Amino acid sequence: MDWTRILTLVVAEFFAPTTAAYALAAIGLNIHFGLTGLLNMGQAGFMLLGAYGFAISTIAGWPLWAAVLVAIAAATVFALILGIPTLKLRGDYLAIVTIAAAEIVRLVGRSTTFTDLTGASSGLRGNQYKGSFQDASPFPDGTWALGPFEYAVNASNSWWVRLVGWAVVALACLLVWLLIRSPWGRVLKGIREDEDAVRSLGKNVYSYKMQSLVLGGAIGAVAGILYVLPRAVQPDSMGRSMTFFVWTILLLGGAATVFGPVLGSIIFWAVLALVKLTMRETIPTTVLRSEQIEQFGWIIVGVALMLLIIFRPQGILGDKKELAIHAH
Amino acid sequence: MPTEPTSATVDHRAAVEAALRDVEHVPGAAKPDPILVADDVRRHFGGVNAVDVDHLEVQRGAITALIGPNGAGKTTLFNLLTGFDKPSSGRWTFEGRTLGGVPAARVARAGMVRTFQLTKALNRMTVIENMRLGAVSQPGENLLTALVPPLWRRREEEITAQAEELLARFKLDTKRDDFAGSLSGGQRKLLEMARALMATPTMIMLDEPMAGVNPALTQSLLGHIQALRDDGTTVLFVEHDMHMVRHISDWVVVMTEGRIVAEGPPESVMGNPAVIDAYLGAHHDTDLGDDALLDEAALEDVAPDQDAAGRPGTEEGTR
Repeated sequence: MDWTRILTLVVAEFFAPTTAAYALAAIGLNIHFGLTGLLNMGQAGFMLLGAYGFAISTIAGWPLWAAVLVAIAAATVFALILGIPTLKLRGDYLAIVTIAAAEIVRLVGRSTTFTDLTGASSGLRGNQYKGSFQDASPFPDGTWALGPFEYAVNASNSWWVRLVGWAVVALACLLVWLLIRSPWGRVLKGIREDEDAVRSLGKNVYSYKMQSLVLGGAIGAVAGILYVLPRAVQPDSMGRSMTFFVWTILLLGGAATVFGPVLGSIIFWAVLALVKLTMRETIPTTVLRSEQIEQFGWIIVGVALMLLIIFRPQGILGDKKELAIHAH
Repeated sequence: MPTEPTSATVDHRAAVEAALRDVEHVPGAAKPDPILVADDVRRHFGGVNAVDVDHLEVQRGAITALIGPNGAGKTTLFNLLTGFDKPSSGRWTFEGRTLGGVPAARVARAGMVRTFQLTKALNRMTVIENMRLGAVSQPGENLLTALVPPLWRRREEEITAQAEELLARFKLDTKRDDFAGSLSGGQRKLLEMARALMATPTMIMLDEPMAGVNPALTQSLLGHIQALRDDGTTVLFVEHDMHMVRHISDWVVVMTEGRIVAEGPPESVMGNPAVIDAYLGAHHDTDLGDDALLDEAALEDVAPDQDAAGRPGTEEGTR
């Protein structure tokens, strides 16, 4: 058994673009759930909208910055549409509406009605929209190796996308760090605890919830761009299961913490890679075939999530004391 | 001594009493200087008229008690006046401003702040954060300003100083950095009241401030409420504890089945037969926990072997 290879691949997950994309999506969800208590069950919808917004406007010939703005604008409009009718109601309504709306985005994206724009179920190929991002790189083309990790500098699954991805994650962490300590973040936490109490203190709860939904959704849209940069826009790969992975990552790392989503994403993808690779090496194909191992990996994720919620509900970085107080 | 707080309290109470002396003791009586005037406020739940108030005026600077049996509509009226519930019909003004149909947050910003019957401490926030949240005009509560700490840090220091002063007044300063959820029920009541005061409201609405509070804490709460009046704050509160109502209120409004049935100073209202029938009961003046209420025969039934004369309380037994 080749442990060096397995460990190299596992460590590669630590800084993979997908890990960064999920970390960023979880940071957005953390603003919704960890700070404000909003149950957004459709973060994948925000990500998919961001991915479509970016890819379609790039294909239409728009520059990089404009395409990113289109993605953010799409998520903002989506958040407003979801928020206006539901944020005045009890929290569960938002959960139902977001999960349905994210599915609507996916189903509209894969329907043949808009094949010219979205490519229907086969999606948009990466080569169609990666150009402007890769051209923005200041580095010369080619490949570059850091120890055992060797990737293209600019093309597709590159060092460039890793650098930009983690820089954006760092910026988002800084943003959350500033907000969580600010009076604005304090109002959000108050809303998470008891909306009516905050209302009785003269704060416009509806407006704060809307700001939170838009901000977290916009971060989700940028995460969607990061997610599709090293691959293609595939509506079916950005469905409900993606939302649930983002939730797992957030709860694993610890909601309402600054670095919880980042740590959660790194551990999630690294452990998943470790489990799958080890099983492929050790279990003979007569017992479990390769695609069965793939699915078995997800079963383990599910069990791990259950154990986590039961034995460490505050996540890895969360404050146990804070969570222990649950009585209202 | 004018600096003595008790004499200040006496002075303020006397001033309010003088102002209310000529007010008629009838439901909906006009007050000389009303801060809150409500007309035809109704709230139906299905076929039930939870609130059906023709006219109500609350005197500025006074402590007004709202009493009545369970289900009389006191809390519903509170919810309506503070914007937490929408009336079926009705209008009211606060300091001359129409507040009917205005959302709760704007009612609070207008200077009418409330507390809740079931205490709403923000459990997973610290005591000091609870207090800071009550403050007004903090520019850092705006999303963009929040990102630039120098723009709000000075105001934050002022707020913290104000909060610490209030916490000291309410004897919560030792709990400053504890989670609010770790406080006792009574301390949470105190915290909620202190938090409401962060906004320096002109009128504070307390929904059963004494429920679940131990006697020693009740004493200090009473002191705080009187101190509020002495500072010029108008207080309207719902309470079932008649000793407290008698002790601190300047004016009492009685509700039953959604309507106001009596108004007046505490002594006069508590002698009102309608109030006694609807709410207080014939024995409201006697302490049900007093051994003296048990008559000799009952006592002998319970403890036939003991000498009744030697039992404490028998001397006052015939009052």
